[in-house]
Amino acid sequence: MTQVNMTVNGKAASGDVEGRTLLAQFLRDSQGLTGTHVGCDTSQCGACVVHVDGKAVKSCTMLALEADGAEVSTIEGQANADGSLNVIQQAFQDHHGLQCGFCTPGMVMSAAALLKDNPKPTETEVRDYLEGNICRCTGYHNIVKAILAASGQDVSAIAAE
Amino acid sequence: MPKDGGIGASSKRREDIRFLTGAGNYTDDINLRGQAYVFFLRSDIAHGTINNIDTSAAEGMPGVVKIFTAEDFAGVGGMPCGWQVTDKHGEVMQEPGHPILATGKVRHVGEPIAAVVAETLGQARDAAEAIDVDITELPAVIDMKDALKTDAPKVHDDLKNNLCYDWGFVEENKAAVEEAFQKAAHVTTLELRNNRLVANPMEPRVAVGDFARGTGEHTLYTTSQNPHVIRLLMGAFVLGIPEHKLRVVAPDVGGGFGTKIFHYQEEAFVTFAAKACNRPVKWTSSRSEAFMSDAHGRDHVTTIQLALDADNNFTALRTDTYANMGAYLSTFAPSVPTWLHGTLMAGNYKTPLIYVNVKAVFTNTVPVDAYRGAGRPEATFQLERVIDKAAIELGVDAIELRRQNFITEFPYATPVAVEYDTGDYFATMDKLTEIADLAGFEARRKESEARGKLRGLGVNCYIEACGIAPSNLVGQLGARAGLYESATVRVNATGGLVVMTGSHSHGQGHETAFPQVIAEMIGIDESMIEIVHGDTANTPMGMGTYGSRSIAVGGSAMVRATEKIIAKAKKIASHLLEASESDIELKDGAFSVAGTDKSVAWGDVTLAAYVPHNYPLEDIEPGLEETAFYDPSNFTYPSGAYACEVEVDRDTGQVTIERFSAADDFGNIINPMIVSGQVHGGIAQGIGQALLENCAYDENGQLLSASYMDYAMPRAYDMPFFSVDHSCQTPCTHNPLGVKGCGEAGAIGSPPAVVGAVVDALRSAGKDVTHVDMPLSPSRVWAAMQ
Repeated sequence: MTQVNMTVNGKAASGDVEGRTLLAQFLRDSQGLTGTHVGCDTSQCGACVVHVDGKAVKSCTMLALEADGAEVSTIEGQANADGSLNVIQQAFQDHHGLQCGFCTPGMVMSAAALLKDNPKPTETEVRDYLEGNICRCTGYHNIVKAILAASGQDVSAIAAE
Repeated sequence: MPKDGGIGASSKRREDIRFLTGAGNYTDDINLRGQAYVFFLRSDIAHGTINNIDTSAAEGMPGVVKIFTAEDFAGVGGMPCGWQVTDKHGEVMQEPGHPILATGKVRHVGEPIAAVVAETLGQARDAAEAIDVDITELPAVIDMKDALKTDAPKVHDDLKNNLCYDWGFVEENKAAVEEAFQKAAHVTTLELRNNRLVANPMEPRVAVGDFARGTGEHTLYTTSQNPHVIRLLMGAFVLGIPEHKLRVVAPDVGGGFGTKIFHYQEEAFVTFAAKACNRPVKWTSSRSEAFMSDAHGRDHVTTIQLALDADNNFTALRTDTYANMGAYLSTFAPSVPTWLHGTLMAGNYKTPLIYVNVKAVFTNTVPVDAYRGAGRPEATFQLERVIDKAAIELGVDAIELRRQNFITEFPYATPVAVEYDTGDYFATMDKLTEIADLAGFEARRKESEARGKLRGLGVNCYIEACGIAPSNLVGQLGARAGLYESATVRVNATGGLVVMTGSHSHGQGHETAFPQVIAEMIGIDESMIEIVHGDTANTPMGMGTYGSRSIAVGGSAMVRATEKIIAKAKKIASHLLEASESDIELKDGAFSVAGTDKSVAWGDVTLAAYVPHNYPLEDIEPGLEETAFYDPSNFTYPSGAYACEVEVDRDTGQVTIERFSAADDFGNIINPMIVSGQVHGGIAQGIGQALLENCAYDENGQLLSASYMDYAMPRAYDMPFFSVDHSCQTPCTHNPLGVKGCGEAGAIGSPPAVVGAVVDALRSAGKDVTHVDMPLSPSRVWAAMQ
């Protein structure tokens, strides 16, 4: 076991991990941050996306030890300081961009990374960016709509509801 | 204009707050003090005799608590099947044993052979690698028609053969159907495959078992769509635990789509092992395990024939289907190709004579059971595809051929034993024509052709039977369960309500939609109502969520319980207002005396019920809590018309979905936003089936599509924005809300539209193609063009 230290959602986080412990496991099991989900074992589904030093990372594909010293942010750290939903989270609720909620943390974290780099993406850019995030419930319609809305674009022309 | 709350409002989902902030409580988020972890050693061969399992080396590995094999379950029942089908000769189906851990033989890749419980999952996995399993491999049967050959290896040595049942429906119609075919002016025949799928809810299955020594109570936390069903099946048939000593909790569940209906070995295992090990035991499926242990879906091979007279009226229909059961009978597997499939073969059409034959077959593959739509997508696909082919052969417009044969009068008794209460198939087709802009298709085709692409249009109808189901009917058909639903409505002293429902929400938004109904009935704010579900300790016996039944059956139970609440509250109000009970009216959350200005608020009545100082104690009991069980008198029959437009790349066969439109009739609607979301998701799964998804085995029974690297899940870039409409509403006549259900429609209605569109595109280039089997991969489409 090796001690790992990082900052998670602005707070110091440390724990003893095996060499094989994944960042997702560290967050869920050691830190109790169960909002980060694990939906596959081949780095395909994206339910586990978090930000490491500002970049979207699949936390099931990164060892906890690799994140030693890093700034990590997870879905638990996304809401506004007063606890209200941030712009992306609010857009997901407003446009019914989630159903079962399991892929949702990864979707929100990926959307945040996309909009940071590309504040006004096109529909095609959103769909392409979400290549690594699988949703089985929504058919992506309302996820794409929510992300476009979160970027400040008018989505009223997109089929209602 | 959208309403502000109540029935018909697109209320935002309250459950979203916790899901969007990482505060959900999924089963894998549950960790109990002192829990151990189990890893299942699963068979990597499809069929073989187990000679020996040597666990001695593994026993001494670090962290190992206990290793289980079949011997440990010698006194325990096997996995039960919940539906017994009677074949066309009047004999019951062949029903093999289904052990918790492989006993004597392994019968599919992924079957659990041994289970290692250890301090950590990593230690359990390491120790499992040290177990030495000696298996003599046997020839596997994978193809259904091969499995029925007389010299085929038997999946189960104690059965006569690999035929589970040979079902004929309606057997008495068979001769008349034959006669109609002999008299037909035209017969269209189509052979097709409904591809095998894996449901793939994004949350893999998880089970945590716990045992309280002090009280002798077992608790199972599990990813289930129906915790009461698991409690009943596992308690009564597998482990022999009485229901009052067994609690099953299904907390937030990350999607189900059918595959989380069934009772699985892992659930029974952790419940059993928690007592045996005297500590909680947790199992979390990996996605790779899910592919080889979650029940699969579909996998039918069908020949369908449609007979028409000289005026193109449908005169008879007959089908010959092989349905794959896999190696064992999953919980409801036998019902899917029979009563959920044969009864829908009339579709939207007044075909007078129908005969359906289904041969259910055991193979050395993962068990197959209900997946979103369950039998109804298979029925719809073959019927709609054969109509398209008939239109091609006859040189008539496929939409007009459908319209000509639509059922026009309701109620309508089909020749396949169901009675549609309401519908208007012209209305949904007209609506589809409008929202899909079918008039503009030719212009869009020309535009595509100008860019070198082929463009095609596919249009089809569907009908489904939802809101399952009348218990007395399904009992006659072989169900080993009732299919009612329950609700307890508890009104608190200060006026808030808690509804404890047997329905289960795993994405459907019940926590938002169910309160809308009660808010409307009482005239109070939705925020005063809370929904409790998913815990057998807190909810009345219920059958759970599947078959698009929650609002139609569970919602009806909730309405009935709320009606009892209102009736009692009116008695209390009449006492407080010193007026006749018959004069009491409830509106906008207040009781008033008709024709007067006397009124008492909802909260005053509820407070009186629990502080009964001024109260008619001689007539009624204190308190305000009622339970109702609702057993539907019929299925509900949602219907609709769907249109798909595709572009096909001439050089590669690559298909892209350019437009997809759906006009559905779901009867009355509680929350239009949620309904649209359900349709979107269903369409995406239907497009996935039609274009991308395929569960593939090689001839030795190796599962080739066992991860997301090999099984093509639909991604965002595979989908367009959808155009969905549910303004055509013919309310259900036999449930109090007039609702029909919307959960499966998209998955049922969309595959034939996609295939029809691709065929149309290829035909526009002069290709003599009438059908291409799903999934329409570029290689298949390209081959069809050559």
